[in-house]
Amino acid sequence: MEDLKFIGQPITRIDGKEKVSGAAIYADDIDFGPNLLYAEIVESQHAHAIIKSVDFTEALKVDGVINVFTGKDFPYKFGLYMKDRYIFAQDRVRFVGEQVAAVVARDPKAAKRAAKLVKVEYELLPAVLDQMEAIKDGADLLHPDLGDYAHVPWFFPKAKTNIAHWRKIRKGDSDKAFIEADYVLEDTYNVPRYAHCAIETHVAIGKFDLSGRLTVWASSQSPFTQRHLFAEALAPLGITHKDVRVIAPHVGGGFGGKAGVTMEILSAALATKLKGYAVKIRWTREQEFYNTYQRLGVVCKLKIGIKKDGTITGLDHKIYWDAGAYVEYGANVVNAVGLSAIGPYRIPNVTIDSVCIYTNLPPGGAYRGFGYSEFLFGLESHMNRIAKHLNMDPIEFRKLNAIKEGDTLAYGAHMNPNGLFDAIDKVKNAIEWDKEIKSKNPDKVIGKGFSLFWKAPAMPPNASSAAFLKFNEDASLNILVSGMDIGQGYLTVMAQIAAEVLSVPPHKIRVENPDTDRNPYEWQTVASHITWSCGNAVRKAALDARDQIFRLIERTHYLHYDMLYLEDEKVKCKTKPDFALPLKDFVINGIQVEDGTFKGGPIIARGVFMPEFSSTNADPETSQGGHPNVHYTVGAAALLLEIDKMTGKMKVLKVVEAIDCGKALNPDLVKGQITGGLLQGLATVLYEDMRYDDKGKLLNPNFTDYKLPTSMDIPDEIIPIIIEVPQPDGPYGARGMGEHTMLPAAPMIANAVDDALGVRITSMPITAEKVCMAVIRKNV
Amino acid sequence: MSKIQIKLNGELRSLYVHPNDILLDVLRDKLGAKSPKCGCDRGDCGACTIFLNGKSVKSCNILAIEADEQEIVTIEGLSENGLTELQKKFVDMNSFQCGFCAPGITIAATELLNHNLNPSLEDVKEALSGNLCRCTGYTPILDAIMNCKK
Repeated sequence: MEDLKFIGQPITRIDGKEKVSGAAIYADDIDFGPNLLYAEIVESQHAHAIIKSVDFTEALKVDGVINVFTGKDFPYKFGLYMKDRYIFAQDRVRFVGEQVAAVVARDPKAAKRAAKLVKVEYELLPAVLDQMEAIKDGADLLHPDLGDYAHVPWFFPKAKTNIAHWRKIRKGDSDKAFIEADYVLEDTYNVPRYAHCAIETHVAIGKFDLSGRLTVWASSQSPFTQRHLFAEALAPLGITHKDVRVIAPHVGGGFGGKAGVTMEILSAALATKLKGYAVKIRWTREQEFYNTYQRLGVVCKLKIGIKKDGTITGLDHKIYWDAGAYVEYGANVVNAVGLSAIGPYRIPNVTIDSVCIYTNLPPGGAYRGFGYSEFLFGLESHMNRIAKHLNMDPIEFRKLNAIKEGDTLAYGAHMNPNGLFDAIDKVKNAIEWDKEIKSKNPDKVIGKGFSLFWKAPAMPPNASSAAFLKFNEDASLNILVSGMDIGQGYLTVMAQIAAEVLSVPPHKIRVENPDTDRNPYEWQTVASHITWSCGNAVRKAALDARDQIFRLIERTHYLHYDMLYLEDEKVKCKTKPDFALPLKDFVINGIQVEDGTFKGGPIIARGVFMPEFSSTNADPETSQGGHPNVHYTVGAAALLLEIDKMTGKMKVLKVVEAIDCGKALNPDLVKGQITGGLLQGLATVLYEDMRYDDKGKLLNPNFTDYKLPTSMDIPDEIIPIIIEVPQPDGPYGARGMGEHTMLPAAPMIANAVDDALGVRITSMPITAEKVCMAVIRKNV
Repeated sequence: MSKIQIKLNGELRSLYVHPNDILLDVLRDKLGAKSPKCGCDRGDCGACTIFLNGKSVKSCNILAIEADEQEIVTIEGLSENGLTELQKKFVDMNSFQCGFCAPGITIAATELLNHNLNPSLEDVKEALSGNLCRCTGYTPILDAIMNCKK
């Protein structure tokens, strides 16, 4: 490995000072002057109903109200992977909280008052609230026209059913594998829905100026995807991509919730009817819960066969997703899990059915982990149960079956280089797995939990990143990219990559969140792929700049291109030790030659990255033949859980997580992902739970009743471990790791509870109440 | 509309407010102090935390007219003469990720350090327990505060 100066260093975030000083501007902080209007959404009160009429005459009389708009004003469909939803409900509503109309007013209070006066008449339809009911023959259909919906070629909707997509894997012969197995364990695991709970709610401001230009400022993970979907949906109005501009300021947390398009399209669409005004929508915390994406709920029926020696012979994983009323994004969660639900194991015979099912609940969509947390809960619980049956150590059992580089994946491609075994061993040591640990308090027991995890970016095969790089007079740099720093530290890491190539320190590099008019294309900041993908683009841009610099030096100083290198912001030459030309002397104004003329000019560079080896072409009945996932990031984790036997109350005493990020471009930021992701994962298993009533209404859309962990609820000790087995096509060997950090949390807790108390809990969350009840049941 | 007078970050400001105007909205929309954020509008998340007469309060739970003749400091005020030692530590230790909770947490932590020069980890956790952060798992924030003890 070459000597690295900036890569691998725990440098401070380039946006740190902005964020701690109050200087950072988020979408809601932007001033729009006196022509700013506010929209209040009239929402469906029913989970499933036909809209008979909308009467807004009384609302229009409220002082300050500009106008009221309904689905009739916007008969346009949109969707990321499947066009299954409209901007506003048309003839039918499919979840409680769905947008039916918008009241636009001069001030938010007037809008709110007027929205209450809009009368919507409904004809109720039976609500389908459970995915297992929704797939039964004769179930009421949410989308009778499903067969006509446009979608990406790798989705397989079943017309005249509630099944929006069905990802099948058939590899080997799992039926035979179960017959040949010495032991088969079969069980069902339930995981409910969850909410992202970024502290900043969704905010979007649309402005359609008098020349027909649409600008949207949004709290966003996906400015370019949003631009594309706005342009597609609003094309009937004569709007083209060049007329749409998305500006994404700092974003107050994403976790997948601000990916794709949800409420942003309301601001964009409303603006087109209100030329010259800016129209703002800021979701309340309640709306943030029920009308953005939610993490999908899931029922997993898992069957694994094992030989006496501990070798896994086969797996059958049937995964039934409660995907909600619209699955334009969520169906890809289903797809991703379908491809990967073997977990990080070598399994010769595989049957997977990952089924995307419409329900009359809020739309499911991207959530940190993209479905992997959900299936790993069951899979990693299962692994412990099998080990227990075989009387094997759960870690040794996993090592016997863990995937290695070159092993065949469920869809036939091969596993990338990875440090899974190193991660396992380091976690085992750090948690002192073999040491018996007992509580001094007789009412308390301590359990150990372990879990492996893996995840691949879920993205279209042609998702790409691009970067522009430009020098300033003092050899400082501006890098223009269109990923979003949603907190992970992406902007800082992009600066580090360019710094490494160009020998310009990161503090002299400005990288900011994008404006789609100025910055080059980026698909979305999702899938933990941005460090890898956009990092490659930035590296290529920096190499392009270096190439331009060396060519200029070659033709002005007559030095051999191959002998030139960059160091300390200077061009140097291996064969001419006294040559050291500062970049600032020429990166804008060029180099003067003997005849007094100047050569060169501003150094402006570009870089593009697309994974040209990726493909979704595969047999829909088996998924064999394509290369849908670019690579997997793997890891291992363990924890010590103290449980009060009387109350079920749990406390994480110590947690260790090792993750193979290929190369930690900034180890401090990698560790930040581990501490943050682990707590988010622990929250899903210990505290959080979405509760719906029998009519599909969310009962706890606020932080009083939906419990996020506070500073009082953190593990006593967290040990982050970085493993670095380079990703061959990653920038400096890096691959993504942001989402992965939360993946092992739930199964670790389930396994620790079983270890401590001998009770197996197969549904999330694992609350104190549930543990306490399980203990009581066990003891009677 | 009633006329009120607030000393905001050292400057005396006069303005008219409706009796039901929320202090957070008035600070942001009428007085231009954008650092307090709205995360829940009901006092759960702490993103809107400000100093009111030297005490940390959640400005989404207070009517603007209640702040008449009072003194308010937001982190725009704390940062006026450069970053405080605590803010520098937050930067040095990469304490925040998305940064949305940072203004509120900075106020809460500053208040703690104003009154307790040598807080224990438990004191720090308790002082921050009214401020939600979804990104960091709190650890890097707590580490910075513990490193800032006098």
